[in-house]
Amino acid sequence: MKITTPLTDETIAKLKAGDKVLITGTIYTARDAAHLRLVNLINENKALPFDIKNQIIYYVGPTPAKPGQVIGSAGPTTSYRMDPYAPTLLKHGLRGMIGKGDRNQTVKDAIKKYKAVYFGAVGGAAALISKSIKKVELIAYEDLGAEAIRKLEVVDFPALVVNDIYGNDLIIDNIKKYKVDDKNE
Amino acid sequence: MRYINRDIIVETVERLCIEANYNIEDDVMEALNNSLRNEISPTGKDVLSQIIENDLIARNDSVPMCQDTGVVIVFLEIGNDVHIDYDIYEAINEGVRNGYNHGYLRKSVVRHPLDRVNTKDNTPAVIHTKLISGDKINLLIAAKGAGSENMSLVKMLTPAEGIEGVKDLVIDTVFNAKGKPCPPIIVGLGLGGTFEKSALLAKEAVMRPINDQSPDPIARKLEKDLLEEINKLGVGPLGFGGTQTALAVKVNVYPCHIASLPVAINIQCHASRHKKITI
Repeated sequence: MKITTPLTDETIAKLKAGDKVLITGTIYTARDAAHLRLVNLINENKALPFDIKNQIIYYVGPTPAKPGQVIGSAGPTTSYRMDPYAPTLLKHGLRGMIGKGDRNQTVKDAIKKYKAVYFGAVGGAAALISKSIKKVELIAYEDLGAEAIRKLEVVDFPALVVNDIYGNDLIIDNIKKYKVDDKNE
Repeated sequence: MRYINRDIIVETVERLCIEANYNIEDDVMEALNNSLRNEISPTGKDVLSQIIENDLIARNDSVPMCQDTGVVIVFLEIGNDVHIDYDIYEAINEGVRNGYNHGYLRKSVVRHPLDRVNTKDNTPAVIHTKLISGDKINLLIAAKGAGSENMSLVKMLTPAEGIEGVKDLVIDTVFNAKGKPCPPIIVGLGLGGTFEKSALLAKEAVMRPINDQSPDPIARKLEKDLLEEINKLGVGPLGFGGTQTALAVKVNVYPCHIASLPVAINIQCHASRHKKITI
């Protein structure tokens, strides 16, 4: 399914865990250090460096671009490290997150409550994924290097819906499907 | 005595840092292709195809296969007939600095675990030194990502917990990690020694070629049994469900105290990146 950003209620309502999506539009990068700063700003009632309303944050710290490249390799980092911050951002209007690995229950509950979606990308497919990133602009926290916040223009960025607004969880459901239980429990 | 020039160390480390990040090793590529053949989950197959395509792009375009170009781990073996009159650790770090700058690799090291200021050149490397016989230097350079490293652990079991305790710990660790360490993973298991020795054994285990087997019969059986059990967990490629959760399990053992059973589990993601050279 092809989807565009910013995410609308209609788009989010259509997305179900397990759906393969191709994302086109603007997405923002942020990982550990940037999340800490964003949440601190929210707690201090200060403005964020970009409007997170209806946007998607991609958990990534790219490699430096080689001459001729728009961006270096740019695959997802592990999402659980952002679990302590994600509910605050969702409460303030963020609607999508892209990363790898499962989320904790608090984040899953917030995804349902605030009608958002968690997308999984293929960890370690960084050279492949970077081909869908067409434009990069550093918008905040340059001092953080790879962890700075960047505005990305993406075309057909490949991802899977992991957690949807209906409480479905691709990771839990699919692992159950392929688990071989040969022990007496 | 054989004199080994400082420049050779610096240049070799620089080159291997870049090569490790751009060029997947043939044994890993072969294991990924085997996984693709054996995977039954459509999503799992799709993920594995993307990983293989990615690794080929990285190799052909000379770009890092993963954005986490890791912290550099160096296994340095120095022959007792080698003469060096410089600080070899400094030389290695200069090679890392050059490799990460010239190779457009990400600088992922902070100077202090709590103040977390980036050193901006990916130094210092973590260097393990061993004295060996002969007049050569062996260098193994690994770029280790944090996604898989963060899923690793050391636990001191009791002798009574035995092999079942070890198996349960490995299975629980891999299952709980799910997609976080980027499966299909390589599991390095260090058994015995002491607290710190077991961790080093586990790290040495993940550096072994994917297709080799432990010379120790108990460890060899454990490698086979654990791989089978892990691949029944259902975790699959990137944790999206499937039968291909691990490419290999490697078990390294060492004698230990009568009261101890140290167990270290080091997890390696599918982007297993290390290069070995003899100078």
